[in-house]
Amino acid sequence: MSIQTGSAWVDGSGSRLAKYNFLRSINWGRFAVLAVPSVWLAIFFFIPFLVVFKISLSETAIAVPPYTSLLEWDLEEAYVNLKINLGNYLFLFEDTFYLDAYLSSVKIASISTFLTLIVAFPIAYLIARSSPSRRALLLSLVILPFWTSFLLRVYAWMGFLKKNGLVNETLLGLGIIDQPLTMLQTDFAVYIGIVYTYLPFMVLPLYSALEKMDMTLLEAAEDLGAKPAISFFLITVPMALPGIIAGCLLVFIPAVGEFVIPALLGGSDTLMIGRVLWDEFFLNRDWPMASAVAIVMLIVLVLPIMLIRNSQGKEEAV
Amino acid sequence: MKRRSLFLNTTAAMGFIFLYAPMIALIVYSFNKSKLVTVWGGWSLKWYGELFRNEQIIDAALLSLKIAFISASVAVVMGTMAGYVLSRFGPFRGKMILSGWITAPLVMPEVITGLSLLLLFVAMEGMFGWPSGRGTGTIIIAHVTFCMAYVAVIVQSRLSQLDETLEEAAMDLGAKPSSLFFLVTLPMIAPAIISGWLLSFTLSLDDLVIASFVSGPGNSTLPMVIFSKVRLGVSPEVNALATLMILVVAIGVVAAMFQMRRQAKLLGSQE
Repeated sequence: MSIQTGSAWVDGSGSRLAKYNFLRSINWGRFAVLAVPSVWLAIFFFIPFLVVFKISLSETAIAVPPYTSLLEWDLEEAYVNLKINLGNYLFLFEDTFYLDAYLSSVKIASISTFLTLIVAFPIAYLIARSSPSRRALLLSLVILPFWTSFLLRVYAWMGFLKKNGLVNETLLGLGIIDQPLTMLQTDFAVYIGIVYTYLPFMVLPLYSALEKMDMTLLEAAEDLGAKPAISFFLITVPMALPGIIAGCLLVFIPAVGEFVIPALLGGSDTLMIGRVLWDEFFLNRDWPMASAVAIVMLIVLVLPIMLIRNSQGKEEAV
Repeated sequence: MKRRSLFLNTTAAMGFIFLYAPMIALIVYSFNKSKLVTVWGGWSLKWYGELFRNEQIIDAALLSLKIAFISASVAVVMGTMAGYVLSRFGPFRGKMILSGWITAPLVMPEVITGLSLLLLFVAMEGMFGWPSGRGTGTIIIAHVTFCMAYVAVIVQSRLSQLDETLEEAAMDLGAKPSSLFFLVTLPMIAPAIISGWLLSFTLSLDDLVIASFVSGPGNSTLPMVIFSKVRLGVSPEVNALATLMILVVAIGVVAAMFQMRRQAKLLGSQE
């Protein structure tokens, strides 16, 4: 089988004969299909992190590009000077601003993930229990906003939550409040923005878990005298658990590094790490500091998420 | 039982209202004559006229469409290759690394992807003189990199659902690897490739953060222009633009739904 013979090139040993065989057994077409995406990802995905790490160890300088180089050498004097600056990392730990930003990102992302779950559950449940023809319609109603611009969906809430926006006008008109509420530029607006933009990510996995659920279980529980609330927490929630976990990860992961939503809907005191990195880079033009923030973010936020996702994937495979 | 379904219907309906109310408000206000976005001044198409006369927005839209088209097309080729390698090449050294690199962009915060690519481009320019300056080309490279991950995941999951016996039969009958792929595998994964292309196109068209990092002066994409406009407050022209986008997407989704229904009916009548 031609598909199998080609794998010899990856486990060839060092001897000359093996090298000869190695060259002959390379299936060039197969090699190209493997190499093109791998090389692309190595150059444009993996190496960039090494560059970020290197620059996080340098100092800001008034130059183009605005950082010092780590290596200095003079061939005539025959010296090489390696200069590593850990100051950016020290500053990250000394100044509580950054720690606060990390913690506040995790807090905002967790609260909004939980709110998304609460809003999404009834929708997913309703879709899973409706007739197949209505299902398709309701599902596309949930997915449709996802295909429109993310930025414009966040923007829609700016007009909605403003001091003289539609929500305030309606509440004032109904006499529920006397004075317009300040909703825009608060953490509350950020929660709303995250719930709104990531709702489809929560509804879809919940739906696919609830769809598989056997509804006769609920009837059996009812016949045996369980109250709806009890059978919900003892039957529906455990059955939907894989969907709940998948949905929560799909919402939490992009929310924690979010920039657009806190920038447009949040106040100046809404601290999120994505925004801190953006400001460090675009406003302060401090490339080494922005790089250090990115490296720490990678280690404390992204790596754990990848490990959790990996273990999730393995459990599903079993 | 009755009371519970009433509760369910009410909460689900509130969810749908939550999803659509801001969009409907946006659409209605795009036809508002008044410049003050919240004061209703009667129906008017004025802002659509302003939108089409705004060269900055039109140029940015054309640039974004061009970038999205090229990025999606390259990402589909690269992503299909990667997805095929991961699901059909059996075990090979470095498979773990490749599959890690393929899934990592999906969980990577955009600010990190953007910053790291920019720093790479700057370092490469310093060392090799390429890419000289940043602009459309660097945005396309960045978009291909994160879109190909989505394509690879979609293609890989489609391939894992497929029955391998068809491909084995073609191999037994002496098909070369290339004709095996183009005549047997490709037609079977075509739906996954099409949805991968559409997703990449949308993601590229929508990206603000990564493009802001890797773009150069004079190369503002549509999201960058919109962001700088709405940062200062609500703008009636952006309302008009959003309405047009929602309209295009709605037509596309409805058309896709009818197509799926027709196919389902055809399949049903055959049985």
